[in-house]
Amino acid sequence: MINAVGRDIPDYLLADGKEVYQGRFAKDGQLVKRDSPTCVMHEKPVADKLCASIREACEHCDVHDGMTISFHSEFRNGDYTASQVVKVLVEDFGVRDLHVAATSLGDAHDLLADYIEQGIITHIESSGVRGRIGEAISHGKLKEPAIIRSHGGRPRAMMAGELHVDVTFLAASTSDKAGNASGVGGKNNCGSLGFAIPDSQYADKVVIITDTLVDFPNVPASIKCEDVDYVVVVDEIGDPKRIASKEARFTQDPRELMMAKNAADVIAALPYFKNGFSFQTGVGGPSLAVNRFLEDHMREKNIKMGFALGGVSGAICNLLDKGLVGKIIDVQDFDQTAINHLANNPNHVEMSQSEYANPGSKGSFVNYLDYMVLSALEIDTKFNVNVVTGSDGVVRGAPGGHPDTAATSKCCIIVTPLVRGRMPVVCKDVTTVTTPGECVDVLVTDYGTAVNPARTDIIECLDAAGIPHVSIESLQEKAYSIVGEPDPLQWEDKVVAIVEARDGTILDVIRQIKPYDFE
Amino acid sequence: MVIEKTAMAGTLESSDAQVTVSPADTLEVVIESSVINQYGRQIKATVEDVLDRLDIKQGLISVVDKGALDCTLKARVECAVFRSCDASLADIPWGGAIR
Amino acid sequence: MADKITRPRPKKDRLRRTMMFMNAQRPGLIKDAYIYGVDSIILDLEDAVAVNQKDAARFSLYHALTTIDYGDTEVIVRINGLDTEYWQEDVRVCVAGGADGIRIAKCESADMVRQVEAAVEAAEREFGVEVGRTLLMAALESPLGIMNAYEICTASDRMLGCAISGGDFRQSMHVQIEPDGIEMQAARSQMLLAARAAGVQCLDTMFPNLDDEEGFRREVDLVARMGFDGKSVINPKQIAYIHEKFAPTQKQIAHAENIARSCRAQSEAGIGVYVVDGKMVDPPFYKEAERIIELAKKCGVYHGDL
Repeated sequence: MINAVGRDIPDYLLADGKEVYQGRFAKDGQLVKRDSPTCVMHEKPVADKLCASIREACEHCDVHDGMTISFHSEFRNGDYTASQVVKVLVEDFGVRDLHVAATSLGDAHDLLADYIEQGIITHIESSGVRGRIGEAISHGKLKEPAIIRSHGGRPRAMMAGELHVDVTFLAASTSDKAGNASGVGGKNNCGSLGFAIPDSQYADKVVIITDTLVDFPNVPASIKCEDVDYVVVVDEIGDPKRIASKEARFTQDPRELMMAKNAADVIAALPYFKNGFSFQTGVGGPSLAVNRFLEDHMREKNIKMGFALGGVSGAICNLLDKGLVGKIIDVQDFDQTAINHLANNPNHVEMSQSEYANPGSKGSFVNYLDYMVLSALEIDTKFNVNVVTGSDGVVRGAPGGHPDTAATSKCCIIVTPLVRGRMPVVCKDVTTVTTPGECVDVLVTDYGTAVNPARTDIIECLDAAGIPHVSIESLQEKAYSIVGEPDPLQWEDKVVAIVEARDGTILDVIRQIKPYDFE
Repeated sequence: MVIEKTAMAGTLESSDAQVTVSPADTLEVVIESSVINQYGRQIKATVEDVLDRLDIKQGLISVVDKGALDCTLKARVECAVFRSCDASLADIPWGGAIR
Repeated sequence: MADKITRPRPKKDRLRRTMMFMNAQRPGLIKDAYIYGVDSIILDLEDAVAVNQKDAARFSLYHALTTIDYGDTEVIVRINGLDTEYWQEDVRVCVAGGADGIRIAKCESADMVRQVEAAVEAAEREFGVEVGRTLLMAALESPLGIMNAYEICTASDRMLGCAISGGDFRQSMHVQIEPDGIEMQAARSQMLLAARAAGVQCLDTMFPNLDDEEGFRREVDLVARMGFDGKSVINPKQIAYIHEKFAPTQKQIAHAENIARSCRAQSEAGIGVYVVDGKMVDPPFYKEAERIIELAKKCGVYHGDL
């Protein structure tokens, strides 16, 4: 069945009431019955919830074949927990047919890729899939297609009971003996634990894993003791060098700086640019650098930002410290500056992944966002964006909050070079639709800016401000004139991953990639 | 032209290609590319076109492509071939066999 | 892929506020250097290219020149010095590829210009390029080059101008870069006089310290006030400020407009000397006013109707 972004979704995936994507706000107003975890009553006071090891915690958690476990990705590439836990389950308990649901999976999780290849992990649900796990998925090593969801789509799926987690293993920088856990104050800090909070509320069993046990009560806590079954203290929960960089520095690349400046000029030319406006940017080179040029516009017009959402880096914290930003609402921290800022600044507060972007809630923060600045692996002439599959068709990216913020923000700006090496970023058809074109308003490239023709209001504003813009078709043609028109990728029939829209419908499917053959 | 000895041109940097040519009894082109799925066919055609214009009938041509544009690919193949004949420094047939 | 590029006939007196150096050997750099809005690109076969890559750089250059659409951006090639074994093949590839101009490195005499010109003309005949199409410019990098600037600038009709090259020049003068530019004051001044006397453009050296924004701006202000036509750049981030400084100000434009308008009226009335905006003007002012309006148009800062 062809969906609203023109993708053909195989009928066999539409069993059990699963629907194809029908448009940006097609499910608005629909009723959702919230799923609830099965909770073991803790009526009688106990001294603590401590377990001596991951293994001991697992013994209490009724581990079994076919179970679904979950992890969060706040420790990013420095995460030790997912690999440690899966190893125990597979090697000590012999669990098979393991389902892994994570907020993201990547380079820290090569061991999981081994288990996928061995057929031990049979299902993956994640917002991001990078590194060898992506290769394994794209080469058809999973029994069932992986499900790729946005940051908002994931808690929605948990609330709706579509993703039910048996046991969640949540790494935390600090915890007390009862499971009040936080991303700050420990040996290895990640800042916000926003990604972990829905899992602590919707999984049947909740295990906190920390390397810093602190005195009870560890408040304010991101994860509350009322939601936690067990606490395990390990030597190290992560590799600090890979959890967060010292400070994400502004790019010095002249191409990226030029694009960032042009994006900031677009922002300042629109009517949303007024006192109290709200803003979020990705952490990629040109997106991050928009902060720097935005500061000039804010000072020039004497405008202050009401709040910034994130995905937080030091850049926006510095703007808050300069008095240019009211509040930072934080679901994830990208660098050490942001982590320390969250710990120390009362105007910088944590939010859960659900509060951030869940379309199945009564209104998340993204619903109040004015500007979103994002990057893209590909964007096509219908403004559809791909941030998940590479030019070789392999899964190597993360929708993250991209589809959520694009759908809800008043102006979603994509900043990307026209071509990367020989890969045309602006193309006729994206390999995979991960953000529908109807949600994308402006494209800023190094060869010019294009506005979604549906946004005649933005076109008028840019014309009034003297900001030149061109059609997205002309950018695509320019890209192909530089690199040549790409040949279509060669796919097998087998669907290896489903890209779910944030409302739970199917936006696109990713098929198994065929080995390349010159014939 | 005849490939007289092993010669190389180009680098493994992004947007470049490294081309190695060596003498062989038959003509064989081996291509490795970071964009093979989308551009393998075009890369092969470009390389073969250059070899044809240089009248190369024999040799092993190895291309390790890092997303080079056609103009760079051509330049690397040509330079490697001319180097293999010690003829790369002067009197290049610009606009003739090189075009 | 795009068809072979045919570039328009180069113009000697075009706008050259910025000339950006790019290593002709680096594919990622040369493919689209024009996107930053620089007036001229200088593809470098000389210092940026290692001795054992001179051949590879020419192959890259040839295909870049013939396949990349640089649009209105001028494309000049810096060739290797005449004391090397490389420059003659450099000239051949430039002409065959259709470069707009050639920058002669370490130029010290009119003879050197004539030597290059002879090679260029031979190449134009060899490759069927219109004779006289390829422009020349001289990089003056030594005291001798500066002393001979006028002869150099007048050595060929192809000469578009001369540029001082600060790095080598300072070394030969035993001086370092100074905040107020005093170490280059005499050379810049003398070169300017020579270039203006010869009726060609005069271009300043690049500012090497990318992190010293203040020093960069100071130098741009200095050479703009001295009367240079433009300045070399090594990074796109230097372009915007130079373009701003080398464009006429709105005040200058308004004054020039007043002169141009009144001059027409006054000359019709047969008056030679008169007053505009409280300043005495005569016919030479009219020529300068026209030049300013023309420059403003080229720089894209003219919004009037003259």
